[in-house]
Amino acid sequence: MSKSYRDGLPISPEKFVDQLMRLKRGSIGRRDFLGLTGLGIATAVMAREIGIMPTPAFAAENLGDRMSIATWPNYHDPQTFENFKKDTGVAVEVNVFGSNEEMLAKLQAGASGWSLFVPTNYTISTYKKLGIIEPLDMAKLANFDGTQEDPRFTSEGTIDKVIYAVPKNWGTTGFAINTKKLTKPMTSWKEFWDTAMAEGDGRTMVHDYQLTTIGNALKYYGYSFNSLKQDELAKAEELLLKVKPHLFAVSSDYQPGMRAGDAWMTMCWTNDGAQLHRDIPEIAYVLGKEGGEIWTDFYAIPKDAPNKPAGYALLNYLMNPQVAVKEHLANGAPSTDARVNKLLPKEVLDNPILYPAADLLTPLEFGAAATLTDPGRAELMARFKSA
Amino acid sequence: MHGNRFRHNFLTALLLAPATAWLVVFLVLPFIAIAIFSVGERAPEGGYQAAFTLAQYANLPARATAFWNTMVLAPVGALACLLVAYPVAYYLALQAPQRWRLILLALVVIPFWTSLLMRTYAWMYILGGRGIPALLAFVGIEDVRLINTPGAVLLGIVYGYLPLMILPIYVSLERLDRRLLEASTDLGATPLSTFLGVTLKLSLPGVMTGFSLVMILLLGEYLIPTLLGGGKVFFIGNALVDLFLQSRNWPFGSAIAITLVAVSVVVLIAANRISTRVSGARRVDLI
Repeated sequence: MSKSYRDGLPISPEKFVDQLMRLKRGSIGRRDFLGLTGLGIATAVMAREIGIMPTPAFAAENLGDRMSIATWPNYHDPQTFENFKKDTGVAVEVNVFGSNEEMLAKLQAGASGWSLFVPTNYTISTYKKLGIIEPLDMAKLANFDGTQEDPRFTSEGTIDKVIYAVPKNWGTTGFAINTKKLTKPMTSWKEFWDTAMAEGDGRTMVHDYQLTTIGNALKYYGYSFNSLKQDELAKAEELLLKVKPHLFAVSSDYQPGMRAGDAWMTMCWTNDGAQLHRDIPEIAYVLGKEGGEIWTDFYAIPKDAPNKPAGYALLNYLMNPQVAVKEHLANGAPSTDARVNKLLPKEVLDNPILYPAADLLTPLEFGAAATLTDPGRAELMARFKSA
Repeated sequence: MHGNRFRHNFLTALLLAPATAWLVVFLVLPFIAIAIFSVGERAPEGGYQAAFTLAQYANLPARATAFWNTMVLAPVGALACLLVAYPVAYYLALQAPQRWRLILLALVVIPFWTSLLMRTYAWMYILGGRGIPALLAFVGIEDVRLINTPGAVLLGIVYGYLPLMILPIYVSLERLDRRLLEASTDLGATPLSTFLGVTLKLSLPGVMTGFSLVMILLLGEYLIPTLLGGGKVFFIGNALVDLFLQSRNWPFGSAIAITLVAVSVVVLIAANRISTRVSGARRVDLI
């Protein structure tokens, strides 16, 4: 026996007794604790294996281990957040909302807990005015390239040359129809509302969202989607109250109802329309020929974000065209970023739900900032819902 | 003696301190804040702006429908719970074999371990097109709609609040002196008149406790109508959620909340009075 059995031991008996006595005295350092319990090695191994170890890009700041994002229903590829966690060790908690008003209310109340959120174009100026969003530090967003963005969709993120929000995607607000149940072809908001009170009785959904529900009722009469005129709003209210008893639901999460076949027709955003049509081909997406809404959703960071480093890291990650293209394929909304459009397959670019004909796009309006905070519209929606 | 008395009082105060602190922090202070909000104004961008006006209270009729719906939902929902709960409690307390009783009681309580939200979502799937309607379609009954109907809301309410009704009734029936039932039979009463004159009457305090408990919670209910009713019917709870989260009219929301509390107190006092008069016995000690 050339070697003593002691050579193979991780610790010599003397050292072990030493440590033990020190532990008994209650003295232990962090390094000792990790070493003694084996947690140190385990952590190091795990970190390397599953990628928690900070990669150079993230090494400069401590990202913590969790963050929270506020966004819309059916809006992201869940894999995106899984991959982000794999790369950075930061788990992303997703909060889903039905309207911009709700997001604003949470932010106004303070301590929303979000490190990133997804406001729509017309709300950003209000957020800026209230001082509840952060001017973005573009140095932390190397993946964003403003020159590749279509300014038609992205201008509302920039106020007085300061960038407060960068775009996620754009889209339209039309309606989705189950063509097996409602066979008559439809092309206008007038037909939407009339059908809701006839063949679509008890099977129609409208958004729980004043901007689109009131806006599309205004379109029935050909008024502006953003109207704040009292007489025009009164007409819209009259229509809404007439339709109310015929509705299946007032809800912005309409996919479950449409997929289950309980609802046959619903107000619908591009991305949901694309998802529904992809999975259930008989569900068609229609843009009202009278016009309606065109929108861009942005990413922004709240001033009181609890984990800004992780917020920036996720935002930068999402701005990577390779990541964004997967998001678009899952979500279904068209991109504002030329780099992403180049990566999208042809059948996506040719999809009329995503990229409608010009004559349908022309009459569409971006939401106006005033509609967000107008008490008259808010009260109208509440009267409609409480009727 | 005096010193002893003082020590006793001090000890009582000390023991009550955590509960008192809890009440002050979570009940009194928020209530004061809401009362202050309720006389304020909506800020231009939404929220609260300091003022002193009773305009919000004057505006209460704008939510008359919500108040009316709630005033109907709360007693009807509680009554529906009662009708389902009483036989269950009766069976548990007076009929079930002793060794099964605990297990059966546990079955009543166990659903409470999961959040009501989750359980209501489950009902959304059961009542939705892929649940019972799909089964019905399989046997040839097409296009049945169960979800987003008043029936679905009532079902959700009975399901969600049933344990709160069963337990107090069970307790009052459990305490029932069986000799009274025997005496009633010995004196020639029919089972029905024994039930009405003895069992039911002596369980009334439990019934009133359960009824008030469910009714108070129903006054603030908003989740079940939203999920199973499709958000079409508005209750006070929904009006509050909307005023705080959508219209961002905190003062109006606060005025409604204060009014709701006032209504709840009136309901409770009335329940107390009725219970005292009907049972002629124990009061319902909820306030």
